[in-house]
Amino acid sequence: MYAWIFRNLPGPLWVRILTSLVLVGVALVLMVEFLFPWFSQFTTLTDSTIGSVQQP
Amino acid sequence: MAHQQQTAASAMPSARQEQELRPRKRLRASDVFRKISQILGELLITAGIVLLLFVGWELWWTNVEADAKQTEAVKSFAQEFSGPVTPAAPAAPVDYGPPVVAPAPAYAGMIGIMYIPRFGPDYTRPIIEGTGSDVLDTLGLGHYGSTSMPGAPGNFAVAGHRQTHGAVLDNIHTLVPGDKIYIQTADGYYTYVFRNNQIVLPDRTDVLMPVPTEPGVQPTESILTMTSCNPRFGAQERIIAYSMLDSWQPASAGPPSEIAAQVARAHGKG
Repeated sequence: MYAWIFRNLPGPLWVRILTSLVLVGVALVLMVEFLFPWFSQFTTLTDSTIGSVQQP
Repeated sequence: MAHQQQTAASAMPSARQEQELRPRKRLRASDVFRKISQILGELLITAGIVLLLFVGWELWWTNVEADAKQTEAVKSFAQEFSGPVTPAAPAAPVDYGPPVVAPAPAYAGMIGIMYIPRFGPDYTRPIIEGTGSDVLDTLGLGHYGSTSMPGAPGNFAVAGHRQTHGAVLDNIHTLVPGDKIYIQTADGYYTYVFRNNQIVLPDRTDVLMPVPTEPGVQPTESILTMTSCNPRFGAQERIIAYSMLDSWQPASAGPPSEIAAQVARAHGKG
């Protein structure tokens, strides 16, 4: 799959390497900004309040 | 040896050319199966890497982010704070009368700064009104809106993360009875003395009562209750730390001498 994506990127080799690095960076930013904060609500590690008064 | 390598190298491109020239074969069932299992394998490896990244984000990056936000909050509080940041000349202890009790700020408003020397000389964390995850995840210690304010008879209760998002109460189990906990508000400094901790189940809301765990009792003392999760990397229980108000001094009297250096540093004058 990744090999197929890399083969189908336009441009010479160094452009394709740069493009794939940028794509990896975009994926990382999307994960840190959206995916991880959303996912962390399903982990219980961050519960530090008592009972029903968690929300004010 | 060199001759063999040369023939191998020259044989490679010609083989590839041959493959390209040959008309495309129809995909067989085994080829389809190989393709699918390859894609599936790559997706599974990706999922594993993403999960590892998530663990790194949760346990490390959230702390970096929260620390920066909290330092900023302390700084903005320090800018508005009027009062000397060096202690008054050491004289006989002065009785400043009953502590001033400020009204609670609006949700996410800043109440003050907490100093806990037991947690290290740099422990200066903001105390924010409210215990929603938006407050606790970035700004540190959140005040339970249903409880009193510092200095009032009753219970001033705050929650904080044990791990992740700044880990403001990571060392809560290291408090020793007699440890001082200082709260600085716009009005002055409230000195609490740690009494004991208790480990309870997460539904024990009675630890937030005016007299903790004693319903219906009229409070005569000011108590500081801190709640965090327990054990350190889990959340099956809650660890509760109780402290009693020991003394109070107005902002004009300067900080208590034990935290004078910390206060000066927090206010950019150290």
